[in-house]
Amino acid sequence: MNAVPQSRKLRLATTSLAGCFGCHMAFLDIDERLLELLERVEFDRSPLTDIKTCGPCDIGLVEGGICNAENIHVLQEFRRNCKVLIAIGACAVNGGLPAQRNHLDLGRCLQEVYLTGPGIVNGQVPNDPELPLPLDKVHPIHEIVRIDYFIPGCPPSGDAIWKFLTDLLDGRTPRLGHPLLHFD
Amino acid sequence: MNQPSILLDGLPVPFVDGQTIMDAAMAADIFIPHLCHHPEFKPQGSCKLCTVKANGRYVSACTLPARDGMEVENNSPDLNDKRRTLLQMLFVEGNHFCPSCEKSGNCMLQALAYELEMLSPHFDQFYPNRPVDASHPEVLLDFNRCILCELCVRASRDLDGKSVFSLSGRGITKHLIVNAESGRLADTDFSWADTAAHVCPVGVILKKRSGFAVPIGKRRYDVEPIARQVERLAARRADEES
Ligand code: SF4
Ligand code: SF4
Ligand code: FES
Repeated sequence: MNAVPQSRKLRLATTSLAGCFGCHMAFLDIDERLLELLERVEFDRSPLTDIKTCGPCDIGLVEGGICNAENIHVLQEFRRNCKVLIAIGACAVNGGLPAQRNHLDLGRCLQEVYLTGPGIVNGQVPNDPELPLPLDKVHPIHEIVRIDYFIPGCPPSGDAIWKFLTDLLDGRTPRLGHPLLHFD
Repeated sequence: MNQPSILLDGLPVPFVDGQTIMDAAMAADIFIPHLCHHPEFKPQGSCKLCTVKANGRYVSACTLPARDGMEVENNSPDLNDKRRTLLQMLFVEGNHFCPSCEKSGNCMLQALAYELEMLSPHFDQFYPNRPVDASHPEVLLDFNRCILCELCVRASRDLDGKSVFSLSGRGITKHLIVNAESGRLADTDFSWADTAAHVCPVGVILKKRSGFAVPIGKRRYDVEPIARQVERLAARRADEES
């Protein structure tokens, strides 16, 4: 990424798809450095703000893989609006632990959870059109849209996220070496 | 008197007749990335991670005998790019969900990915579906992490004399099998005392009820990255000699 003019605050959007919010918590683990960051960026759509749709942004951070139709919709919205889109965390990078459902039959999963599992009385598989349909498999986000950068980790540490973002903001190629680079 | 040597990234590295490039590098504690090589077993050249350029040609360091005056390129951006691609192929071919893998932190595949700064698997995932074998009282097998290095095959056949494991099938469907009529590990004479139980560089052959015993931060590759462990050994030897 080119060096960014410092006159204007950059806009940063974040979202969680098939994520656990752990990557957002890890992001908050930058602690008081968040104040420093806020001098350089402004948040757009994010679970941390009340903005409902993503506007034109410089950076988008996406945690979680793709597990249902709404995830695809949001991911495409982010790709349309963000100049730089970053996959954050194992789920966004390779599907993560939720992708362990990929060898199971989706219909049978839903039946077990909503109909036949222990303690269920008069169960039914939710079928309101308001609910997004699950996909038969979980996918990493780079299989749906182009991704510019990847920050692995489950979650990446606050320090890793800080290093990555500040490298990017300062116009350096983001690097993660030992011990900031980990997959677990 | 005059010991033959190769030039490894410009550094003279001596070898004795019959040694491969990998043998010479290992003896000098120079790190050449590798997965299917283990000094105790006959090299087989399947992972290709050890690809180096010798006199201008891409070759496997673990199988090519060293020759006097050979110029070998090892730690270069070009070779490391190719190695990273090979790692990405191995990652998408299996289910490498490190966050729940008992081998995480002690895994060579993962450590090499860290070493070569692999940030994403790049390719589309295969998501194989090979059921685990939990039949054995001591050992669990998760076939979805196997990188087909055949170290367990070689160890069981050549050292343990049991031939518990084999590779079967062709192409992308090639996979590790257990040599028993039933295909189950419990129906072999495999034991945790076997050499084959301890050679797997990744998280396929796992001892039951012992996972996650080492705290994060103290696992093998938390402490030090894989290449530096090798280089440090060299430094220590040099210290001892002086
Ligand atoms: S075998 Fe290694 S790379 Fe694969 S999931 Fe386990 S720790 Fe990760
Ligand atoms: S089980 Fe482990 S040692 Fe055996 S072939 Fe697979 S990766 Fe190699
Ligand atoms: S270590 Fe040489 S090919 Fe695997």
